[in-house]
Amino acid sequence: MIDPSLAPEPWLTVDDLWTMATAVLASVACGLVGCWLVLRRLSLLGDAISHAVLPGIAGAFLLTGTRDVLPMLAGATVIGVATAFISSALGRWGRVDRDAAMGVTFTSLFALGVVMMSLAARQVDLDPGCVLYGLLEFVPFDTVELLGMPVPRAAAWLGAVLVIDVVLMLAFFKELRATSFDSAHAASLGIRVGVVHLGLMAAVAANTVVAFESVGSILVVAMLVAPGATARLWTDRLVPMLWLASGIASATAIVGYLAALELNTSAAGMIATISMVGYVGSVGAVVTIGATRRSSRVGRPSLSEPLP
Amino acid sequence: MAELFRLLSLQDSSTRVVMLSTACLAVAAALVGSLAMLRRRALVGDAVAHASLPGICLAWFVAGDRSLAVLLVGALVLGLACMAIMALVQRLTKAREDATTAIAISGFFGLGIVLSRMIQNQPGGNRAGLDGFLFGKAASAVTSDAWLVLAVAAIAVTTILALRKEFGLLCFDRDFAAGIGRPVHRLDALLLVLVALVTVAGLPSVGVVLVVALLVIPPAAARCWSSSLSTMLVAAAAIGAASAIIGTGLSAVLPPPAGASGGWPTGPMIVLTAAVLFVLSLLLAPERGVLMVMWRWHRRREGNPSILGNTR
Repeated sequence: MIDPSLAPEPWLTVDDLWTMATAVLASVACGLVGCWLVLRRLSLLGDAISHAVLPGIAGAFLLTGTRDVLPMLAGATVIGVATAFISSALGRWGRVDRDAAMGVTFTSLFALGVVMMSLAARQVDLDPGCVLYGLLEFVPFDTVELLGMPVPRAAAWLGAVLVIDVVLMLAFFKELRATSFDSAHAASLGIRVGVVHLGLMAAVAANTVVAFESVGSILVVAMLVAPGATARLWTDRLVPMLWLASGIASATAIVGYLAALELNTSAAGMIATISMVGYVGSVGAVVTIGATRRSSRVGRPSLSEPLP
Repeated sequence: MAELFRLLSLQDSSTRVVMLSTACLAVAAALVGSLAMLRRRALVGDAVAHASLPGICLAWFVAGDRSLAVLLVGALVLGLACMAIMALVQRLTKAREDATTAIAISGFFGLGIVLSRMIQNQPGGNRAGLDGFLFGKAASAVTSDAWLVLAVAAIAVTTILALRKEFGLLCFDRDFAAGIGRPVHRLDALLLVLVALVTVAGLPSVGVVLVVALLVIPPAAARCWSSSLSTMLVAAAAIGAASAIIGTGLSAVLPPPAGASGGWPTGPMIVLTAAVLFVLSLLLAPERGVLMVMWRWHRRREGNPSILGNTR
């Protein structure tokens, strides 16, 4: 007879798998949208939007009194698009560069959000700290019935967002590609460059707010920017970049989650850390490989550099 | 009303300490931030601020002593390390500076959260001290902390005033500065170190997420008022100090909102005051304020011949 209490504990429980699946869904959805931000050199706008959605979320909460996702999604999307709009207007009117204009916009909106939240803090468990680092570990405790089985609510939402992202991206692929690489040429083809830009900003804001509940508003930036930026290091072609970014996003989420489980620490934080390590590691690898290739082609590395 | 009078006459010693230290910090941050903004490095402070969170946690692990000064040294070390990594990636790849900055901001912040959760899990570890760094606890500053902030502010202001000409040259025409033999690399590095110092000094009062506002908003507001560097520096310092004093005052005077657990958070109130001053500057500035531009445009459409003649 085997004593059942001596049986090894399963390494991963069903809850762990669901949490991991949620992280992968969030990471891939954000990573795909983020590729376009990276290509348009708007990575910091992703950072700005993810900070600035705070007053939208707090405002929706103060108005409706519930933590329902839909009003928060609407509030955050409006503020997200407004952030993009205000920062470009400030850059033009205030004669400051784009970074400074974004810095002014998102810090002001974030401060407004923190003040609004501390007004509402007593009534709910909506505290600014949890907005910053998310609660990935609590994902399995909040489920909805889907196809006869309990599915974490966050996973259902993120799955829906991922599907919508992919459908929109396929439908407007030509427009996105043309505006990201050469907006003047795109305009000459009759594409409404401004409309595509606003649509992308709305998508970033919507993704951010759905993902932020589980991963937090600052870590969502890692999910938005890191997969695209890392994939961009390895390839110069658009479609392979999108595939590679999805792969990197999934791998980062899985490795980060497992590492966090092993060290008993924050999963969202670990995923962001692994994203950064992956990016810096890729920079090192790409530079090394590039140097090796150059030297093997020319034979004499000291002369392979172009003359000044 | 009596409360308001007490506050305005600075009789309350704790409010006096908080106001004085945040105002000095805001002046230093405005001066350093103006140069950083003109050098197109406005958001470097944000990366440093986020990188300081793991620095604070590491200092907590390594040093037995958990005084504010030790934690801030840890923050400074990691902030400088973050800048060094960003500069290295930049030099190696020619890749997108914005992507590197965004990844550094969230990656280091993630590392900070990982470490702070580990501290929380340790027996006897409590994170109460660390949570204060996220949004700042200006209202609970004590006199010894204020001295630290004052010292940093004094160093930053003195350095900038002493090297005013060199920094101005660096910001407006780096190639020319290099051409006439100014040590541009060293000046750039010095500016970044000053950004890191001021950011770290601002952490206890304004917090990791919002400290960059002190570096960015007053200079952006001052930019509306002037095109000359020295005037802009003075204006930025004045706007920074005013935001700190008004913001701290408001958060102390306003009655706590009904049903809320805490009062008005000081750090965010300072940032919101700065934002209001920025919007006012944008609207009212004499030469390129929005109202002035609209008025001029209106007059031109009215068909005032002298203006038409001047501009066309």
